[in-house]
Amino acid sequence: MTNAGIGRWSWMALVSGFIFLYVPIFILMFYSFNESRLVTVWAGFSIKWYGELFRDEQMMSAVWMSLKIAFLSASMAVVLGTMAAIAMVRFGRFRGKTMFTGMITAPLVMPEVITGLSLLLLFVTLSQALGWPAERGSVTIWIAHTTFCMAYVAVVVSSRLREFDRSLEEAAMDLGASRLGVFFRITLPIVAPALLAGWLLAFTLSLDDLVIASFVSGPGSTTLPMVVFSSVRLGVSPKINALATLLVLAVSMATFIAWWYMRRQELIRQKEIQSAFNK
Amino acid sequence: MTNPVRPAQFLKSFGRGLVSGIPYFWLLLFFVIPFVIVLKISFAESQIAQPPFTDLTSFADDMLTISLNLFNYIDLYEYDLYLDGYISSVKIAGISTILCLLIGYPIAYAIAKLPPHARNLALMLVILPSWTSFLIRIYAWIGLLKNNGLINNALLGLGLIDEPLVMLHTPIAVYIGIVYAYLPFMILPIYTNLVKHDHTLLEAASDLGATPAAAFFKVTLPLSVSGIVAGSMLVFIPSVGEFVIPELLGGPDTLMIGKLLWSEFFNARNWPGASAVAVVMLIMLIIPITIFQRYQAKDLEAIADD
Repeated sequence: MTNAGIGRWSWMALVSGFIFLYVPIFILMFYSFNESRLVTVWAGFSIKWYGELFRDEQMMSAVWMSLKIAFLSASMAVVLGTMAAIAMVRFGRFRGKTMFTGMITAPLVMPEVITGLSLLLLFVTLSQALGWPAERGSVTIWIAHTTFCMAYVAVVVSSRLREFDRSLEEAAMDLGASRLGVFFRITLPIVAPALLAGWLLAFTLSLDDLVIASFVSGPGSTTLPMVVFSSVRLGVSPKINALATLLVLAVSMATFIAWWYMRRQELIRQKEIQSAFNK
Repeated sequence: MTNPVRPAQFLKSFGRGLVSGIPYFWLLLFFVIPFVIVLKISFAESQIAQPPFTDLTSFADDMLTISLNLFNYIDLYEYDLYLDGYISSVKIAGISTILCLLIGYPIAYAIAKLPPHARNLALMLVILPSWTSFLIRIYAWIGLLKNNGLINNALLGLGLIDEPLVMLHTPIAVYIGIVYAYLPFMILPIYTNLVKHDHTLLEAASDLGATPAAAFFKVTLPLSVSGIVAGSMLVFIPSVGEFVIPELLGGPDTLMIGKLLWSEFFNARNWPGASAVAVVMLIMLIIPITIFQRYQAKDLEAIADD
């Protein structure tokens, strides 16, 4: 639906929408360079809050913990989510499919307090019955994050799987490639951008989660959102603004690199298809 | 006659079984069974011990006793706090969903009308904020909405108001927070729907004498219903159980059920009570979740049925 061109009203909707989405974040970043502790009064440029942020040992160890959990959760979620996507898109009808699709999509909308509480009660029940998990901590958070992140990965990967041209796989098979060979040399490279996108999405979701982690964490495992939340509850602090600025910069950079990589892959692939036809 | 394909056939179905079985098992164990346990514990009694709830079954004198304690549910019904909490959660989530729709639809529509190369950029700009921390985006509004915050300072400076408007710790702040945080989830499904529309339909409508407005309400809007429903459910369902936004932006009188569940669990340490709150919330959300799943499943299984 392009033809009509974009009218005045549409421009207004776009511009005001982006102002609404971005201005609060920019103001937040701007005040991270404020000399004063008051976040709303400008008292001159300073980067001292960044120094304080890096000297805050509790915060730094929470950052490390969160990155570790996010890395492991995203990786596991990509493996499980991709399997689920393949099963949903490629296996046709199988027994229990409706239940399967339901279990994949429900975590997308389930209120976090319910997911958190139910997983905690599962871990408590399991540890009573089997002695595992002996204590709650990074492993239980990892399981919880993998569970809700794999749903997002499954949605991202399945939409890519549905788009792509199966004749490529069939052609490879006709030329004598084995099933596994086809998977690793044709299917995987084509869905790779979706896997990367799914991994990044899972990583940011895990890094961001406060509610579920609060339920299933133990005494020794405080994640970054938990530290931020308890500090925000006590009031506004420029240190949090500094942290926000660094997070936004990191995310924007990662997004840009991922976007650039996917675009390049796409161009290479198109070129290859082109040259294959020209031969 | 022995079939030479058989080992390969076996491997294939074994492989298939693994690919669907592993995630199936994982979700069964970590997503479905936990709900059964929540249901079970909602019938238990709270006690000061480890774990802080009683067993439903006891076995003594050759008698297996199963006791289902309905107290937690009776409590929910008898204390106005909970009833009000459920009602106000649904109200706040519903109004926020409508606001998201009114703001998000025009944005999605505008993006769908952009030339293709600009679309992806605009879409990325819509998603990007939701990849930065949710908590921090809500925190940003504290600084804006406070009595001595930026909005009040600006309005006072311009002489538009004489004394600061009280916005933080009111329901208004909660609405702003939910709309701000969930807007991308409304825009994306509507955009995905709108971008697939065939513009020749609109040309046909205008050839037949429809004004652009009439064409929009008679053609575009009805065709985009599935996007609207998906987006609305993506906003409504999680915001009913929202905790962070009412906790940070709402006041003590902004009742929301996610907040009540949280304090029942973390402050009162009443695990069975919190479980009962969760069970009732889930029952309330079954219809919206089913609607969402129907639309989502159609999307996910589209090719399998071709």
